Amino acid sequence: MAVRAGRALPFPARFVRSENALPLGLLAPTIIFLTLLILIPVAQAILLSFQAVPGTLGFEAYRRMVTDVAFADSLRNTLLLLILVVPVQLVLALAMALLIHSRFPGHGVFLYIFALPLAISDLAAGIVWLAIFADTGYLNSALNGLGLTTDPINFLSYENLHLLLGTVIVAESWRATAIVLVILLAGLQLIPREYFEAADLFGASRLKRTLLIVLPMLRPSLQSALIIRTIFAFQTFAVVLALAGRQLPVLSYEAYDWYYNNRNEFIAAAFAALILVMTMTVVFFYLRLLRVKDAELQR
Amino acid sequence: MRHLRMPAAFALALGLIAGACGGGPTTTPTASPGATGAAVSSDPFVMLSTQLNTVTESEALRSQILSGFTAAKVEFRGETAGPFADRIVAESKAGKGTVGVIGGLHGDFGALDLNLFEDLTPLATKLKDRGFPAEFMELGKLGTTRQIYIPWMQATYILGVNKQALQYLPSGVSVDNITYQQLTQWCKNISDQTGRKRCGLPAGPMSLLHRLIQGYMYPAYTGGLVTTYKSSDAAALWQEMKNLWQYTNPQSLQIDFMQESMLSGEVWVGFDHVARLVKAFEGKPNDFVAAPAPKGPKGLYYMSVLAGLGIPKSTPNKSGAEAFIDYMTTTAVQAKTLTTVAFFPVLTQEVSAGVPPHLKAISDGVQKQAKHADAKVALLPIGLGAKGGEFNKVQLDTFQRIVIKNEDITKVLSEQATILQAVMNDTKAPCWRPDPPSTGPCQVK
Repeated sequence: MAVRAGRALPFPARFVRSENALPLGLLAPTIIFLTLLILIPVAQAILLSFQAVPGTLGFEAYRRMVTDVAFADSLRNTLLLLILVVPVQLVLALAMALLIHSRFPGHGVFLYIFALPLAISDLAAGIVWLAIFADTGYLNSALNGLGLTTDPINFLSYENLHLLLGTVIVAESWRATAIVLVILLAGLQLIPREYFEAADLFGASRLKRTLLIVLPMLRPSLQSALIIRTIFAFQTFAVVLALAGRQLPVLSYEAYDWYYNNRNEFIAAAFAALILVMTMTVVFFYLRLLRVKDAELQR
Repeated sequence: MRHLRMPAAFALALGLIAGACGGGPTTTPTASPGATGAAVSSDPFVMLSTQLNTVTESEALRSQILSGFTAAKVEFRGETAGPFADRIVAESKAGKGTVGVIGGLHGDFGALDLNLFEDLTPLATKLKDRGFPAEFMELGKLGTTRQIYIPWMQATYILGVNKQALQYLPSGVSVDNITYQQLTQWCKNISDQTGRKRCGLPAGPMSLLHRLIQGYMYPAYTGGLVTTYKSSDAAALWQEMKNLWQYTNPQSLQIDFMQESMLSGEVWVGFDHVARLVKAFEGKPNDFVAAPAPKGPKGLYYMSVLAGLGIPKSTPNKSGAEAFIDYMTTTAVQAKTLTTVAFFPVLTQEVSAGVPPHLKAISDGVQKQAKHADAKVALLPIGLGAKGGEFNKVQLDTFQRIVIKNEDITKVLSEQATILQAVMNDTKAPCWRPDPPSTGPCQVK
């Protein structure tokens, strides 16, 4: 049919009737959207980061970025949060997903409870946890009420950096585990029941089923979840801002600070470019590490 | 056309005063058409402001103050400095705007290209009987011959003190006349005797710590800011800051507004902007007293923060915007501004009608500060344009490095002074008070 159309019709009509038309047509809105709202702004931001000295292209913004007082700390904290938060969330989300997937009576209620943080904005979540961890917050009041402490514990002070980091990890884990859970749960539900029936037939234990069927079959979902979570971890901002203020600088806060408070879009763009490069590097490693074979995708 | 609107504006002002005094609903005789039909356009416009941009302040402004202006519908939009500047520039570039009036600090205007604003000299002439201090009107010109903004409201920074703290004052020291060293001793006494660090400095991400450094501490110790940035007097200041920090509530690094921490009792002695202390006084009026800022070897320097109202050239309703500025600077509305949002009037005449006790208490502290024998005024940075943020960052980074990270004072001051000088050279800004006037860019000595 395509051949016949190719001979008889002018270009637009020929294209519309060709086999490529439908997939390209369906992709077009996404491609246009991504180009206009993501690709072009990203290119502009990267260009901006090289234009700190008017009229020339150079590395001045990057030089000022790396010599900035907060640069080393913000880089360290961002990586630290990434390394500490992502595994915690992955394990928690997997446990929660398996719990719900086991379809025990009342599992639906747990899904709603677990997914609740998804509906709350980052900053609101940060403020909720601030109310818990502040000197006169709920946790200190409870500890005091139980007679465990006399003076409040300074959870949120740079003097106890480990505690401070701990509170941020708890808050971040609470806030963003749900998104991982939803992805993993969807992946779990895609695993054909036949595998489990076969496993039952051979008398596989629950542990064996999890290790030999669930985890390998869940790899595509794990990959997506890891990528999304890592991108989010690089962007961690509001929760840290609410809980730690300036005490725990992170890269995305520095980008914000340079743009809004210091009014220097060039250095802000340099920070943004750094976040982009780091995110892409990590995502590249995930893709290599957890490479999903075509056969698995076609499942 | 302008002079014909005078009677109308007067009628408007009188109506408001009468309304406020009578306590009844303000029936505003809106700038009604004059004999020739010259009228204030009723086209709606947006008031874009960097001030009063918290939810409670915005709501108070909308319901208590904007509602009294009926000549045109005014929609209030509070913004932070970044988006504020972006929107004005964007509307100007588009050649079509929705923002009719701009409310901002002196520095917010200075950060923008002054050609974006209407010249308000005729309006200033018309309003000259209001009694704006000449110094404020001069500031409103931002060094040009054009009136860029009309003074709107002012504020300053003082000490908010929980009465429980007074018993720990060093002996013989009055809370109304205290040095930075005595403040440190006071905070040490509180910490030693109650076991808790109850002095607070606002040092959170949205705090105004840089203003305390620029307008209070640096001038009080060095008599200047830029010129004396790395002087030996400055080193003495930072040493004192380190001493003070030992007895300062460590949560200060998250405190943006001192009032919450003061209400909860975590902080007893807090140094902050009056608008960021007011809720403490309002919540527990009997618990707090307001005291002047501490003084240093060179005197009690304080910063008077001036906010103004300007009109962008892209305004959709110029006559409405002018009538609005007229309205906002009447005595009645100035009193209402103090009552509802705790910003002080910019008029020389007494504005005290209906001012509640907690504001009276703060007002007393502000007065004591201004009338203090060693009091001297420092100004907000002038002429830095968009580099104002980077200028602030120099002081904040200095604080971070010396006080929090314990780096060597001389080394940090020398390095930060280099960055400071680069900012000054970029902007070519001459020195402002308390630094002595300069011809070229202000130089670090």
